[in-house]
Amino acid sequence: MDLKEKLLSSFLAFEQKIDVNSDLHDVRTEALKVFENKGFPTKKEEAWKYTSLNAVLNNDFAVLPSNEIPVEWKDVKQYFLNNVDTYKLVFINGVFSSHLSSTTHDGLDVCLMSSALTKPKYKMIIDAYFNKIADKKDSLTNLNTAYAAEGAFINIPKSTVVAKPIEILYFTTGTVANFIQPRNLIIIGENSHVQILERHQSLTDAPMFTNSVTEIFGQKRAIVDYYKLQNDKLTANLVDNTFISQKQESRVSVHTFSFGGNVTRNNLNFYQQGERIDSTLKGITIIGEKQHVDHYTLVNHEQPNCESHQNYKGIFDDRATGVFNGKIYVDKIAQKTDAFQQNNNILLTDKATLNTKPQLEIFADDVKCSHGCTIGQLDESAMFYMQQRGIPQKEARALLMYAFTDEVISSVKIPDLKLKLQKLISLKLGVNIGFDI
Amino acid sequence: MLQIKNLHASVEDKEILKGINLEVKAGEVHAIMGPNGAGKSTLSAVIAGNENFEVTEGEIILDGEDLADLAPEERAHKGVFLSFQYPVEIPGVSVTNFMKTAINESRKAKGLEDMPASEMLKLIKEKSELLEIDRKFLSRSLNEGFSGGEKKRNEIFQMAMLDPKIAILDETDSGLDIDALRIVANGVNKLKNENNAVIVITHYQRLLDYIVPDFVHVLHDGKIVKTGGKELALELEEKGYDWLK
Repeated sequence: MDLKEKLLSSFLAFEQKIDVNSDLHDVRTEALKVFENKGFPTKKEEAWKYTSLNAVLNNDFAVLPSNEIPVEWKDVKQYFLNNVDTYKLVFINGVFSSHLSSTTHDGLDVCLMSSALTKPKYKMIIDAYFNKIADKKDSLTNLNTAYAAEGAFINIPKSTVVAKPIEILYFTTGTVANFIQPRNLIIIGENSHVQILERHQSLTDAPMFTNSVTEIFGQKRAIVDYYKLQNDKLTANLVDNTFISQKQESRVSVHTFSFGGNVTRNNLNFYQQGERIDSTLKGITIIGEKQHVDHYTLVNHEQPNCESHQNYKGIFDDRATGVFNGKIYVDKIAQKTDAFQQNNNILLTDKATLNTKPQLEIFADDVKCSHGCTIGQLDESAMFYMQQRGIPQKEARALLMYAFTDEVISSVKIPDLKLKLQKLISLKLGVNIGFDI
Repeated sequence: MLQIKNLHASVEDKEILKGINLEVKAGEVHAIMGPNGAGKSTLSAVIAGNENFEVTEGEIILDGEDLADLAPEERAHKGVFLSFQYPVEIPGVSVTNFMKTAINESRKAKGLEDMPASEMLKLIKEKSELLEIDRKFLSRSLNEGFSGGEKKRNEIFQMAMLDPKIAILDETDSGLDIDALRIVANGVNKLKNENNAVIVITHYQRLLDYIVPDFVHVLHDGKIVKTGGKELALELEEKGYDWLK
């Protein structure tokens, strides 16, 4: 039985565990139908032209959450921020781990999707927001919706500055190959501010596939700094579908750091639904071996006087492959839009490849849209300059690559995370130069 | 200290240096002058080990050791310093961090431990004062957004930090106003002693009013066509280069 059939037939078993007499169940069955019709995406679709899931889907995945496999704090401590107090939502093979987590209901909700979906007190919020911004046509998003049961639920009321960053961690472990589908819903009230870090991390060499959906709603003047750190094993695969709705004068930034994994696909979608909105999408990809990272971004400028800033950097070694597809849509009423997109890449070998494609659809006539992409090797004159000062070739290369990523790193607002990223990057580049910035 | 014997070098099969002979002794200042395209910058790049140029004949010997097989960084560790005509911008790496890395790599090559932070700070303070460099300047990204004068001053600051045996100043005077020229020249003069040497590559005599050479060489079409004392520079300023062809 192939994975698609398994997912369709397992839905009956899934239904045993949930309330089938609810509006939500209608949403789920509707979503399953879309997946049934479309199936997994293939390279025949324009949006998946450069990313194939075929090899990954051949694994014999377990598709329903198993019982919790105990994980000790000491074994996973390294994946958390260690020098700052945080709220933590931790899941193991898709199941909430209470002893690794630190939730709250004190003035804000940092808790579980499973309770939000089932408790009456959250019904109005779920009705208003759940599956409202997520793509109704995309097959993997629909597959996630069909099985949506667990994940992070974050609800910040208005005028609240969340003092502690929130960490969302999905661990996979055990000897069984798992197909897990986290579902996150994040609502940031008017004038509120939050910082969130999301990670997916496998602790085992068994193949894993994560099909994640996150919906984020930034209300008027909300500020959201969202970070995704992907530094997973060569047996781990991730399709991250993130949908962001922004209301007027809100500022949302998403930084995606893709340092590892087998196949990683980031679908990042911004919908600007008000005026004077600011959206930021930044990323650093550093991969080697036969790793594959695909960034597929959409910024939908639906209203006038908004800005968007995209800046993605990539360093590709060995036979690694990268994709950047950045779509900017400007509606005919979205005058005075200022949209910027940049994608710079360094290929370290002849075997590494990158496909980059800006896609601009502009229907307004008074807008400023700029885009640029580069693919190159390291600057030889800079190499010679550094070597002349006594810095050996290997270190000079590392320093240059480090410098190349700085533009993105410099806008990370959690100091502890910034430090962690700088260390990870120098480790990835194979040299510990041992300098502070 | 430095002996260059019958040096021939080419880039993409085009011969640029056609048999250069030059001897620089410790404690000396040599000026190399010449028209555009004479090979002045090629000579400095070849001494520093730039691999874009191929040495087809001849030798470069520093303290008795042939530099031919040494990478640019190994030559740097042996005391070769080149002040670039066009210093490269490196965003995201501060002047201080760059210098720390350079100094510690050089120490590592000599089997020494990293320089203690306090010593490093003292050195930075001392040398930045010598070049009249503001402390804030040192935390900026290397050469990024620096004016022409700031870049050149920063080159000489790095020279001061690295304390080379032989420093080659490639068109260090270009892009400098008179105040910056004075500061840079003053820095070079203070670093100069009986154990090191300086080669000043320049188009004009102006810099040589401040850094007074012991010898002036005229480079033309890849060869040194005339050598004299400091008065030769004045003569060149007056007559141009045509009479030497």
